[in-house]
Amino acid sequence: MSEQEKLVFDRADALVDVPTHYCPGCQHGVAQRLAGELLTEMGLTENTLLVTSIGCSVFLYNYLKVDSVEAPHGRAPAVATGVKRARPDKFVLSYQGDGDLASIGMAEIMHCANRGENVSIIFVNNTVYGMTGGQMAPTTLIGQKTTTSPAGRNASKEGLPIRMSEIIGQLGGTAYSARVALNNVKNIRKAKKAMKKAFEVQQKELGFGFIEVLATCPTNWRMDALKANERIENELIPYFPLGVYKDLTAEVED
Amino acid sequence: MTKNGEKLFIKGNEAISRGAIAAGLKCYFGYPITPQNDIPEYMSAALPAAGGEFVQAESEVAAANMLIGAAACGVRSMTSSSSPGISLKQEAISYLAGSELPTVIVNMNRGGPGLGDIGPSQGDYFQSVKGGGHGDYRTLVLAPGTCQEAYDLVIQAFDLAFKYRNPVMILGDAILGQMKEPVITWTPEEKDENEGHGWRIVGAKDRPGRILKSLHLSEGALAKHNLMLKEKYEDMASFTQKEEYQTEDADLIIVAYGSIGRIVKSTIKKLRNEGHKVGLFRPITLYPFPSDDLKKLAEQGKKFLTIEHNLGQMVEDVRLSIRTISDSDFFGFYPGNLPTPDDFEEPILKALGGK
Repeated sequence: MSEQEKLVFDRADALVDVPTHYCPGCQHGVAQRLAGELLTEMGLTENTLLVTSIGCSVFLYNYLKVDSVEAPHGRAPAVATGVKRARPDKFVLSYQGDGDLASIGMAEIMHCANRGENVSIIFVNNTVYGMTGGQMAPTTLIGQKTTTSPAGRNASKEGLPIRMSEIIGQLGGTAYSARVALNNVKNIRKAKKAMKKAFEVQQKELGFGFIEVLATCPTNWRMDALKANERIENELIPYFPLGVYKDLTAEVED
Repeated sequence: MTKNGEKLFIKGNEAISRGAIAAGLKCYFGYPITPQNDIPEYMSAALPAAGGEFVQAESEVAAANMLIGAAACGVRSMTSSSSPGISLKQEAISYLAGSELPTVIVNMNRGGPGLGDIGPSQGDYFQSVKGGGHGDYRTLVLAPGTCQEAYDLVIQAFDLAFKYRNPVMILGDAILGQMKEPVITWTPEEKDENEGHGWRIVGAKDRPGRILKSLHLSEGALAKHNLMLKEKYEDMASFTQKEEYQTEDADLIIVAYGSIGRIVKSTIKKLRNEGHKVGLFRPITLYPFPSDDLKKLAEQGKKFLTIEHNLGQMVEDVRLSIRTISDSDFFGFYPGNLPTPDDFEEPILKALGGK
């Protein structure tokens, strides 16, 4: 590199140099890049044990240079509990989608958080089951058309979308719970800061670290990437407000 | 902590708990269900005292999935339950087998189907030895008949789990779990601290990340994986255990396992005193099934009667074992009642006289 050239962006060491399988405009790749950057910056890569779950994100084990174990659908928080109890000296990271975490895995996430397991969970909420073809998720918005709610989600029959960050924030074992979005640079920067906190509470053994990431799924939303980004701002954020729902580090600092 | 060579008067459930801790158990995950509650209760105090981790999980499902995490780390892990709970664990057991993760699962079989009752039963034989969950897989299944054997076999179960990187099941029942007997304790030699070295997840330092998984999507990958598992199961087949009691001169061999094998033994003792040439063949490994040993007995021209505490499950494996030579009669004592040695006298005499 000459003196005039300055490296302003590089792939973080924790990220494997391979193309991801994600659809164009999908934000799983962004969320995973943030995780990889943080593992690298925080010096956690070699010490990390990753739990991947079922859905589009299952292949995360191909994208991070860490040891990993695959969990059955929804069970990642239980598997992460097993990993952490066996190896409390390791950094345990889990990554789940909304069908996985907020539907079939609701019991596991609630109790993992409530026990205050020292693990960090990244929860990607894109309001649909992505991998299986865009079926209705517990987070699907009212009126949203999916392959199993072709007329749009109906509150009287299918209930209202579940707000996980608020629920997790209410549990005693939670040390940090926040919701972020990846729809613009400002939000991506905020997301990384919040994700860092969700990692730090584990390092400090303060309890359960949870970060919900609002993300696009242009394929199953049947729209292009730009429209999908606009939908995050105009439809998702109004129902799923961004913000911190619990932060024990803030209380400690007071 | 259990001392070596101590003679204790304890329940089968406690024998299993103590045996597991003696074997170096590090993580136990459980959930309350009768008739195995003594195990999580014992573990909740004794395991942390021995330096391990006890978690009362939110569900049977979660307990079994916690095993996946702990087993992936290469530590000795265990869960226990009873029939309805074991059904719930099948998802994780399939993943454990598919991901080749070693762990021990205890089933204190109770009556079914459904909620059944809380008494003894052998209704879970099929579920235990034929896989139980989805997909092609097998778990090693050990069936103790006494509290001492329960203690001994659980220690062996951990070694087998790690030898084959496979889940091992201990199949007992409400009789074994709730019965008190003298047990002489022992501790195996110090186990390898590096158990699981080479495959366990420990942190990717100076090497690519390791992935413990059961998903194989690329073309031909799953077929290759299943072939590898098949070869492993064939390798396991060399490991069988059984007890033979007075089979040498017997005209009729009773095949029975676990608690029922033991009760049948009492019947056989009585009938022997009356001059009847009856012997007992008690499989201790239910998977792999001791087929070759049974076949040898069949080749000697002996007759067979399989007795089970169910409607007829193991009898299918007995018949498969001796199919080219002989056949087996069957007597099923139905779950919901507790058998005594007298209950088996008439069917045995009938089988002796028949054919």
